Amino acid sequence: MKKQRSSAAVNSSLIRRPIQRMFPIFLLPTFLAFCIGFLWPFLHGIYLSFCKFTITSNAKWIGFDNYVKAFQDPGFLHAFWYTALVAVTSLVIINLGAFAVAYALTRGIKGSNVFRGVFFMPNLIGGIVLGYIWSTIFDGFLAKYGTSIVLDSRLGYWGLMIMLSWQQIGYMMIIYIAGLQSVSEDMLEAAQIDGANGWHTLWHITIPTVMPSITICTFLSLTNGFKLFDQNLVLTGGQPFTFQADGTVIRTTEMLALNIYNTFYLNSKSRGVGQAKAVLFFILVAAIALIQLRATKSKEVQQ
Amino acid sequence: MKKQKLGKNLLSLLFVIICIIYMMPIVVVGYNSFKENGSINTDTFALPNEQTFMGWQNYVNGMTVGDYPFLNSVWYSFVITILSAALILICTSMAAWYISRVDDIFSRIVYYLCVFSMIVPFQMVMFTLAKTANVTGLNTPYTIPVIYLGFGAGLAVFMFVGFVKGMPLAIEEAAAIDGCGPLRTFFSMVFPMLKPIFISVGVLEIMWVWNDYLLPYLVLDRTMYRTIPIHIQYLQGSYGHVDLGAVMALIMMSIVPIVIFYLTCQKYIVSGVMAGAVKG
Repeated sequence: MKKQRSSAAVNSSLIRRPIQRMFPIFLLPTFLAFCIGFLWPFLHGIYLSFCKFTITSNAKWIGFDNYVKAFQDPGFLHAFWYTALVAVTSLVIINLGAFAVAYALTRGIKGSNVFRGVFFMPNLIGGIVLGYIWSTIFDGFLAKYGTSIVLDSRLGYWGLMIMLSWQQIGYMMIIYIAGLQSVSEDMLEAAQIDGANGWHTLWHITIPTVMPSITICTFLSLTNGFKLFDQNLVLTGGQPFTFQADGTVIRTTEMLALNIYNTFYLNSKSRGVGQAKAVLFFILVAAIALIQLRATKSKEVQQ
Repeated sequence: MKKQKLGKNLLSLLFVIICIIYMMPIVVVGYNSFKENGSINTDTFALPNEQTFMGWQNYVNGMTVGDYPFLNSVWYSFVITILSAALILICTSMAAWYISRVDDIFSRIVYYLCVFSMIVPFQMVMFTLAKTANVTGLNTPYTIPVIYLGFGAGLAVFMFVGFVKGMPLAIEEAAAIDGCGPLRTFFSMVFPMLKPIFISVGVLEIMWVWNDYLLPYLVLDRTMYRTIPIHIQYLQGSYGHVDLGAVMALIMMSIVPIVIFYLTCQKYIVSGVMAGAVKG
């Protein structure tokens, strides 16, 4: 960093100034698009979360009411806990599965490359198409038992788990394989000579070395779980619904992103609440990202 | 030694079986796309037989199923993906070079805003973004790439800046001494050196835009413009009233381009995914 700074100073007239004059060509297009596609909608969204509105032009400032309503909404709280459950369970299943597959596929067995390709491919299929494929499969299977994925929330939950594992194991596997390939042969050989068995080697040499990959993958699957939308929408769409005594509807398999979407678009009167929920959702996702940043930083110091 | 070899072969065999099971969902949809409509619901896992085999008829029906021409959504998906990826790659690579070479207060602010935008979930901006796109006329397949550039700039700028920072200044200095202006320096010196990161960012953006559902769904006029995911979601919504065989055919037709893309650029896709994963 220091070196970069000094060389930049030396070359300021040579490189820096001429580029700076080209500001309208180099930086301005991206910056304008960034303002339209992110910055303005973001700030406007924060403002609207304190307003009552159905369209942006009739917004009226009402303070924290929307946030209070969001916290009082049982459907939102249910969606939060359901999302946390899905995110944590899928994190465990996906990472164990991906690590096991990656470990087996770095043993130098025949056909490893083909197997990797097969595991990775579902990852390229988008959430909507993926959801349709799996709802066809699940319903074809469950029809024999006279039920369906949208009739039982437990089926919806485990169906989502199977689908998420199928989609993401290949992706995490790629990251784990890269980590496992950095485990030095010398160390493994030394351990073998010292009489360590397979489990000892795995536990004391392999896992500590791939720790950075483990951090990346756990956080990646956690964020994926929290932000999940497409698959949730297509597979169950929140069904089955239960009706509370006071008339509120709880969509039992609805996750946070879908709950926010429904608050916006099922009833245009609750858009302010929807925007407040979206801000809370953003804070939650940002908090996870910050924890990840700290976890990665502290790992780097150790090494 | 012999025992070890036997173990490895057994492991290979085990993985052959797992991989076959892993591919089953696609295989099932694949052979169902040749089956007659009624038997897909009642007997999903049965192979097509003489009574239920339809040949390519489902694929013909799939072209118009759901009262929307499938080829239109293929066209829109292609246009949006190609234009967005091209726009993002060119604009953000130029921006990233500017940011890391000029390095003044303004470019630092832009950089940190870009990094910040990466952690903002789409639901946070979806309502206001759709509204902004409507007002600015960025709500057609030919203008929506600007929205993708804006919302997707974060990751691309972040990855490009990380790469440019590691590039030697000497070449650019030499070019500047020889009287080469910034534009020419960028396009004839810097651009070729960016190739590896260019491919990584390109792969990530293509995969994102091609599969994206909610952004185009909210921004585009749905009666006129449907991308493939939007079209398929419409068909899912009308479950039971729709020709299931035709939908199966349609799903196969939307998977095939992805498989071809994957098989031709497998190496780049994997490296792109790796580069994107590290950003978290």
